[in-house]
Amino acid sequence: MAAASFNLYQDAQNRKCLQLSGQWSLRAVENDFAELKNGLAPFFTDPFVHWDLLQVDQLDAAGAAILLNGWGNKVTHNVSLKPEQSELFNMLANLAMPKSNKTQYDWFSPLAGIGGRVFEFIQHLKGFIQLLGLLLLEIVYLLRRPQDFPWREFSANVYKSGVTALPVTALLGFMIGVAMSYLMARQLRAFGADIFIVNILGLGIIRELGPILMAVLVAGRSGSAMTAQIGVMRVTEEIDALTTMGISRILRVILPKVLGLTFIAPFLVLWTSFWALAGGAFSANLELGISFRFFFDYLPQVVEPVNLTLSLAKGLLFGFVVTLVACHFGLRIKPNTESLSSSTTSSVVTAIVSVILVDAWFAIAARGVGV
Amino acid sequence: MSENIDNTVAGESDIVCEVRNVGTQYGDLVIHKNLNLQIKRGEVVALVGGSGSGKTTLLRHIVGLTTPTSGSIMLFGKDLHNLERLEQQRLMNRFGMLFQQGALFSALSVYDNIAFLLRELKQFDEATIRQLVMHKLALVELEPHHGDLLPAQLSGGMVKRVGLARALALEPELLMLDEPTAGLDPDRSHKFVELIKKLKQSLGLTVLFVTHDLDTLVSLADRVAVLADKKIIAACSLHELAEVQHPFVVNFFHGVTKRLEKLK
Repeated sequence: MAAASFNLYQDAQNRKCLQLSGQWSLRAVENDFAELKNGLAPFFTDPFVHWDLLQVDQLDAAGAAILLNGWGNKVTHNVSLKPEQSELFNMLANLAMPKSNKTQYDWFSPLAGIGGRVFEFIQHLKGFIQLLGLLLLEIVYLLRRPQDFPWREFSANVYKSGVTALPVTALLGFMIGVAMSYLMARQLRAFGADIFIVNILGLGIIRELGPILMAVLVAGRSGSAMTAQIGVMRVTEEIDALTTMGISRILRVILPKVLGLTFIAPFLVLWTSFWALAGGAFSANLELGISFRFFFDYLPQVVEPVNLTLSLAKGLLFGFVVTLVACHFGLRIKPNTESLSSSTTSSVVTAIVSVILVDAWFAIAARGVGV
Repeated sequence: MSENIDNTVAGESDIVCEVRNVGTQYGDLVIHKNLNLQIKRGEVVALVGGSGSGKTTLLRHIVGLTTPTSGSIMLFGKDLHNLERLEQQRLMNRFGMLFQQGALFSALSVYDNIAFLLRELKQFDEATIRQLVMHKLALVELEPHHGDLLPAQLSGGMVKRVGLARALALEPELLMLDEPTAGLDPDRSHKFVELIKKLKQSLGLTVLFVTHDLDTLVSLADRVAVLADKKIIAACSLHELAEVQHPFVVNFFHGVTKRLEKLK
């Protein structure tokens, strides 16, 4: 069999005849229907052409649809067809078509979009408060029956989101400490205020940078993992399976994550801050010649200990916010890939934004403390 | 059958798919050893075997998802695993595959799932694609408005139908079905088998399918290829299978005879 082709000739009655031959089918891989359609375009508009399809070896829906579209969705009388071909054309022409998806542009759609967002936000807020309430109920239940506390899951989460995060937080903290200290050292030296680098680094890292750095890293690392995990558990009906076993999904899946990360977050803050300070001291030593011993001896004198308390409290709160956001989005994942990816993205973005908002609120609330 | 032979392209043999001496080994685990199978144009071949006998692995080899450790697989006279990219793509468009769970793109609507390959071909305008998608939906006996649904909103039977419509989008010659009726109730499974039979007739398909379901097997298959002991121990019609003396076949055939009697 050959590829689809056509040729024009004059028949006995001097009519223009267009004879199609070959395989008008997708099965002939040589066929390019776009080219064929372009080639046929002048004949489609000419009402005096007689179409002869009797030499076509094989006509499938694709070939027929191309021709039918050209003829304006109907088979005219000047077409010669084999019976099975005319059956195919009839079927195609009589297919029920749903209404076109294209609608006119709605001028209110931007406004409606904003409204939709507001409603969506309210939905999220509701879900969030609901989740908080459920967690609270579980905690009350645990107070009554402490033996049901999910210790295994709790320790697994402490390990997964805390211990395995140690290397990356240390590395990042150290690098940022070095960079900050280096830049500041050059500025401070210009004023001859070398010694103040300890004040700035101490206060900046312990009070602000340590907790924020930890929260951003944990949101990206553990928050996204939690959202995806809960989402996949929902998709594969694991969560439903747990519920049918009479085990509360909040108690077994959500609570260990929330408590685990909230518990380990202050320690991670300490760890990150320590490495950031070490990086700062290292750079200060190189740039300004301040010895390590002096740096760490002088630090407690210029940074009030209450800053450390504040930092640990922030860590606790940030850890809680990140996990809560992650679990909230995880529970809203629908069983498709699109929802999984968009929820994971939203989870990380929302977690980081909320952490920074909480931090701003903290800065205002604690403005008179420790500075 | 005679009509199918007429359709044979000159120079292309009557054998659509040929598995030659295929061996598969993962580490120490040998799955296939010297496995041979031939599928002729227009046949409906069932691949049966116990769980874990490597049926799905063989099917995955044939469609090019995995490469056998040794031996070769010829589709339409060409080795899918040793082709340059463009030619491989063309060859792959000549067969359609229906996955066990449908494997529909969950982010796309039913309409877009079916239109996907037609758009990928870049030969049709949207109006033609629309007509073709509606044609495919009609072929698998779905309503046009089902096109707007997302895969998550479909029932199990509908997922299979949409999967089938998608597999048929490019008018393939060879259709592969992995457990076509798994997860369907007997009534739907019966209807789905009838649908496949009808499509096979009207589109002139060659079908290779893997199944565990004896009802599907008895009503659909022309020929049964039995995979046991790491190779195809028999590839013959159900009636001839009665003569084969192999523990798996004997055991398996016990269920088949009951059903064959029911059919008569």
